[in-house]
Amino acid sequence: MNIIVCIKQVPGTTEIKIDPKTNTLVREGVKSIVNPFDTYALEEGVRLKERYGGKVIVITMGPPQADEALRETISLGADEAILLSDRAFAGSDTWATSYVLSKAIARIANYDIIICGRQTLDGDTGQVGPELSEMLRIPFVSYVSKVEEIKDKHIRVQRMIEEGHEVIETTLPAVITVVKEINVPRLPSLRGSMKAKTAKIPVWTAADIGAEPDKAGIPGSPTRVVKIFFPKREHKSEMLQGTLEEQVAKLVERLEKII
Amino acid sequence: MEYFLTEQQKLIKSIARRIAEERIIPVRAELDEKEQFPWEIIKDIANADLFRIFIPEQYEGMGEGSFALCLAVEELSRACAGVALTYAADALGTIPILLYASEAQKQRYLTAIASGTRLTAFGLTESGAGSDAGAIKTTAKRDGDSYILNGTKQFITNGGEAEIYTVIALTDPTKGARGASAFIVEKETPGFTFGKKEKKMGIRCSATRELVFHNCRIPKENLLGKEGLGFIVTMKTLDSSRPGVGALAVGLAQGALEAAVAYAKQRVQFGHPVSAIQAVQHMLANMAMELEAARALVYATAKTIDSGAKDFTEEGAMAKVFATDMAMKVTTDAVQVFGGVGYMRDYPVEKMMRDAKINQIYEGTNQVLRNVIALELLRRKGLRD
Repeated sequence: MNIIVCIKQVPGTTEIKIDPKTNTLVREGVKSIVNPFDTYALEEGVRLKERYGGKVIVITMGPPQADEALRETISLGADEAILLSDRAFAGSDTWATSYVLSKAIARIANYDIIICGRQTLDGDTGQVGPELSEMLRIPFVSYVSKVEEIKDKHIRVQRMIEEGHEVIETTLPAVITVVKEINVPRLPSLRGSMKAKTAKIPVWTAADIGAEPDKAGIPGSPTRVVKIFFPKREHKSEMLQGTLEEQVAKLVERLEKII
Repeated sequence: MEYFLTEQQKLIKSIARRIAEERIIPVRAELDEKEQFPWEIIKDIANADLFRIFIPEQYEGMGEGSFALCLAVEELSRACAGVALTYAADALGTIPILLYASEAQKQRYLTAIASGTRLTAFGLTESGAGSDAGAIKTTAKRDGDSYILNGTKQFITNGGEAEIYTVIALTDPTKGARGASAFIVEKETPGFTFGKKEKKMGIRCSATRELVFHNCRIPKENLLGKEGLGFIVTMKTLDSSRPGVGALAVGLAQGALEAAVAYAKQRVQFGHPVSAIQAVQHMLANMAMELEAARALVYATAKTIDSGAKDFTEEGAMAKVFATDMAMKVTTDAVQVFGGVGYMRDYPVEKMMRDAKINQIYEGTNQVLRNVIALELLRRKGLRD
């Protein structure tokens, strides 16, 4: 079984700071990591490989330094990794990113399942998984919390919903996005880390995957960021005066106004 | 200090450190409290390939030696000596196989040991045979193509949890120590059961248990080396394993020192952190000095073993005694730096102090090992080559 895991290299912090002058992310002093949600996708891919055989191929679209994130995935059990990197990809929104990933996956051709994290730590949209399945014209299940079984080109999974879970079965190939409840990712192994140091990680460009220039990068991105601003933080407090009854009456009056 | 680690050794250290930080520290107090064997962590250690370190490459190992093993033990022990002991005791149970097993025996056991799927243990001590190891009573009587084991081993680390045991028993009780032989005994062998599970002062997550042999029949192929070699197997095994105990003590003391320094910098008395008090500073300075000296001795001994030296009895004993006495002192002083709260279970240093004590006792008490050192010292007339 061929398993493709899509990952993203993101700034390693949950407290992302924005430069108030330029309105861009402050990246200085912030270490890049594999998007935490993607580590569950990778772990599930490796576990499925251990259960059913096959191999795990990790892909990411990013700048040359994303090579580092891919090497980490090899230390965690991935068999191969491919970096999709081209100036033409720069500035891609989720739609253009999904397009680039779908073209790369089409080039890999031989795959049974594609696993993504539910969302990224920096973008937070959760759109790439579903968009990818749409572009590849294959089924999609989001928020997967357990892979119950893969058999006869079908997969049965549990999908997390607000109060409990649904059991969904679909044909393969399919795209699934996973939640953190699905597993506990392993730590890097000694053999994997040795392999990661010397692994050859091919770089595929727009030409390699046959991506049309107007569908990737900024030209291919329908999203426009009109304005980024730092919300003003205001702390206002007011002490209600009078007897307890009077204070309660005032409070009720205020609350009624808000509702 | 610069110890010129290879890339692979640096990797071993960093992987062991991540396991310590992410998997051991969050649960160590609970494991200690519940006296719970750390199976989940052992699986993490196995998945990280750390059981492969000291196994030769032809048996799926990494082909590293004593030094790399010490680095891993030290990092694990910095977080929890009980977990580190479980790991180190697996190495102890494996050393006799590495040193004395036939090719067929190595093929049979080492690959599984390297993968971490089967833990090992070493069974020597009995109720009447501690420091006086020659006084063991367990017998192994030859019967056709088998040996039949009878007797009880005491205080066996990883007892009950391990699957592969190297056991020392008398094949010729009339010859005393020279009548001892070493055997591999697998868990689930009929006649082999586990007795009392000990309740301990420290290293409480590690398993310490009796091995009970009652007419336990094992194939004659399970003999290690040949009959009568048991005592030599034991001595050579312990010579090789002692730097590991030293590394365990170094890691334990490192954890205690780090905790003491961090606490001293944040605890305010008389209007300033207690780290500003010279009496406290001197305690911390002594702890750090003795720790570094012990680490250097342990590393040098491990590297001596890895160099292919034939005889390192004296060095091994020195590394074990010096490092474990140091760890007892450093952990005790760490509790002192913490003051009252250090005595409470809310902080990790009281556990470290409890964990330290056993290191002065097992694998040769520090008194017996001083005899060993003195004997070697007198033999070489105090000279160095």
